[in-house]
Amino acid sequence: MAEPASDGSGRSADAAGATGRRRLGRRSLLAIFAATAAATIPIAGAVASASAPSAAAPAAKQVGRLRRWAMVIDLRRCDGCQSIGKPPQCTQACIEGHFAPQPMEWIEIYEAPIAGRATQFIPTPCQHCQNAPCVNVCPVGATFHTPEGTVLIDQQRCIGCRICMEACPYDRRFFNWGTAPQPPETLFMQYDAEHQSPAIKGTVMKCDLCPDMARAGRLPYCAAACPNKAIYYGDLEEDLATNGAEVVSLSRFLATHASYRLKEDLGTEPRVHYIPGHGEAVGRDPYRKGRLATEWPWQQRVQGAKTWKR
Amino acid sequence: MEALDRGHAAPGVTPEWRERLERRGLAPLTGTSRRYWIWVAFLLAVIGWALYAYSRQLDEGLIVTGMRDRILWGVYIASFVFFIGISHAGTLLSAILRVTKARWQLSVTRMAEFITVVALLVGALFPLIDMGRPDRLLNMIVYGRWQSPLLWDIFAISTYLTGSTLYLYLPLIPDFALARDRLGPTAARWRRSLFTIAALGWTGTPEQRKALDRAISLMMIVIIPVAVSVHTVVSWIFGMTLRVSFNSTILGAYFVAGAIFSGIAAIVVLMAVLRKLLHLEEFITKTQFVNLGYLMAAFTLIMGYGNLSEYITHGYKMEGGFPFHFEQLMTGPFSILFWSYIVGGLVVPGLIILCPRTRRIAGITTAAVLVLVTMWIERYLIVVAGLRVPLMAYEPASYTPTWVEFSILAGAFALFALLITLFAKLFPVISVWEVADHRGPEPGSEPLAAPERPRRTALAEGSAT
Repeated sequence: MAEPASDGSGRSADAAGATGRRRLGRRSLLAIFAATAAATIPIAGAVASASAPSAAAPAAKQVGRLRRWAMVIDLRRCDGCQSIGKPPQCTQACIEGHFAPQPMEWIEIYEAPIAGRATQFIPTPCQHCQNAPCVNVCPVGATFHTPEGTVLIDQQRCIGCRICMEACPYDRRFFNWGTAPQPPETLFMQYDAEHQSPAIKGTVMKCDLCPDMARAGRLPYCAAACPNKAIYYGDLEEDLATNGAEVVSLSRFLATHASYRLKEDLGTEPRVHYIPGHGEAVGRDPYRKGRLATEWPWQQRVQGAKTWKR
Repeated sequence: MEALDRGHAAPGVTPEWRERLERRGLAPLTGTSRRYWIWVAFLLAVIGWALYAYSRQLDEGLIVTGMRDRILWGVYIASFVFFIGISHAGTLLSAILRVTKARWQLSVTRMAEFITVVALLVGALFPLIDMGRPDRLLNMIVYGRWQSPLLWDIFAISTYLTGSTLYLYLPLIPDFALARDRLGPTAARWRRSLFTIAALGWTGTPEQRKALDRAISLMMIVIIPVAVSVHTVVSWIFGMTLRVSFNSTILGAYFVAGAIFSGIAAIVVLMAVLRKLLHLEEFITKTQFVNLGYLMAAFTLIMGYGNLSEYITHGYKMEGGFPFHFEQLMTGPFSILFWSYIVGGLVVPGLIILCPRTRRIAGITTAAVLVLVTMWIERYLIVVAGLRVPLMAYEPASYTPTWVEFSILAGAFALFALLITLFAKLFPVISVWEVADHRGPEPGSEPLAAPERPRRTALAEGSAT
C-alpha cells in the first residue's frame, strides 16, 4: 500500500500532510457514527463540539517547510553491543539523556528468533505511526501527532487510563506506576513533551524521537551513542538521513536495502524503518545469543529510589 | 387507598390476596430490625476497608496493584465489565420480556431495576479507580475526544443510567401513592413527605393510567437499544485495538450476550435472597425461578456458541498469537479459570436447569451463583489473558492481583449490596400495582403461614384506620 507521506517522493508537504489526510476509512466512518450519536444524544454533540482535539504542537517554526522526522535502523549493524561487552548503548544513552526511570527502555533491544534457530537484535523505539492506534484511542488528546509527524505525550494532560498502552501493538509505552525517582537536575528542568522530564506519577511515557535535539543540530541520544552507527535519523521532507558518519538519500537508501517496517500489515504506517539483518555487517554470529541487561546508572545518584518491574 | 382504582384487577384477585400483597410489598418500609442495621454496619465496614486500600493507592500510585506495563489492566477493568454486564438484568426483565407481553416476571421487575441502577453506579466507579490521575478526571470533559472508545463509554453509560433511573421511577409512581395512602399515620414524617412528593399526585384516574402506560411503553422501547449499545461500546474499549484476542467482530455481540446472561443470574440470586428475607414466597414462586432458569439455560448455549465460533474460527487457522493464547487458556496458566468458566459457568448450570430433579428454586439459585462467579472469571480472562499475549519478542508477563485490588473489589460488592439494601428500605421491592393489575395470584401458591413479626403490626393497625 503506497503511503504518500513516507515514500520520500519529494511531494511538497503542507501542514496537513502529516496528520490530517482525508482517507475513506476509519475516520469518515467514525464521523458518520458520531453524527448519528450526536443526533440521538444531544449532550454528546454538545461536548464533542466543545472539545475538538487540540494540536499542542511546538514544531514548525520555519515558514514554508515542515520536517517529517523518520528513523532507519540497520539491523545488519546491530549486534546488541555484544562486541563491546556492554549493555546496548542506544538504550543506555536514552536512559541517561531522558532520566527514564527503571524499568523503562524507550528504545529496547528485542532479541527475536530468525530462521535456523538463530536470533537477530531489533532496537525498537516508538514507531511514530502515522495512523497511530494510541492517538486514536486517547480520550483527552494527551497523546497527539505533531505536524512533523512525531507522536508525543502531554504528561500534564494525561489521565492515566492506559488505553493507549492497550492500543499500542509494539509494546512501546510505559506507565509511571509509582513516583519515579528523578535526579536533582530535573528540578531545574522546564517540562516539555519533547523531553518528558521530570517524570510525573500516573502518566504514560515513551520515546519522543528527540525532535528538540534535531532542531539543535544533534542526533537523538540513541543514534549518537550507537557504536556501530546502526541508527539513521533524518527528514523525509528533505530526503536525507544520517547516522553521524555518513549522509544518505533517505528514499534511495530505503528503496535499495529491502527496508520494511514492523507489523506493516497492521496499517499503522510507522516512521521507523528497518533494514533486515542480524549484525552480519559488524561480524556478529547469529547463533551467539543474549545481550547484557540494561542498567539505569543515573538512579545511583538518587537516594532510596523505588522502582518497579516491567 | 380507596382512591386507587381497582377496576383493572387481574383475574383471580380477591380483596384478601390484594391486602396480603400490599402488606408484604410495603412491609420493609414500615420498620427496621436490628439485623438490618448489623448488616448495614458490616457493609460499611467492608467499604471503609476498601476506602483505606484506595487511599494507599492514591498515595503511592497504581504501583500497589499487580498491574504493570504489559498486563496493564486487571481486576478493576474486569469488574467494570462485570458490573455493567449485570446491569442488563433490569432491561431484560422489564423491557425485553414486557415487549413480548410476558406477565410472569412482574413481581421481580422492581428488583431487576434496582440491580440495573445500582450495578451501573458501582460499575462506573471502576474506570475512575483504575485511573492513574483521578485528579484530572475533568479532562475527560474539558479535552474529551469523541474518537476515543472511553468517551463512548461515558456517553453510553450515562445515557443508560439516566434511562434506567427513569424506568425504575415510572412504575414506582403508583406504588409511592399506595405507600402514601396506606402508610400515612404510621411512617416517619420524612418518609411520608418522600412518598407524597414522589407519587406526583397519583390517584389512579384513567387519564393518569393512560399517561403512565404510554410513558412506560415508550421507555420500554427506548431502553433496549441503549442497553445493547452500552455493552457493545464497553466491548469496544477492547475491540478497537490490534490485540490478538480482542481484534474480533463478534466481541460486541458476545459482550451483550454475556451481560444478559450474568444479569439473569444476578436477578435470580437477588430474588432468592429477598424472597426469604421479606417473606415474599407467595408472590415469587417457582414459576419465576423456572422461567428465568430456562432463559439462563438458553444463554449458556448462546455463550457456548459464541465461545465455539471464536475458538473454532481462530483455532482452525492458528494465525499469529492464537497458538499462544489458546495454550495459555486451555492448558497454561489460565487453564483452571478457563475450564471453571466453561464447566462451572456453562455446562453445570445448564445441566442443573435442564434436569427436572434439580430444576427447583434451590437448584436454580445454585446455578445462578455459579454463573455469577464464573462470569466474573470470564471477564477477568478476557482482560488479563488477552493482554498477556506478547506483542514483541519478550517473555510473557504475569499478573497477580494484590490485597489492594481485592479489597476494592470486596468494597464494590459491599457497596452494591448496601445500595440494594437501602433501596429495599425506601421503595417497595415488588411492583404492587402491576402484579395486582396484570398478573394476579401465582398459580398454586399458598398464603404464607408464618405469623407476622411484632414489629410489623404497625402496618396492620395503620391500614385499619
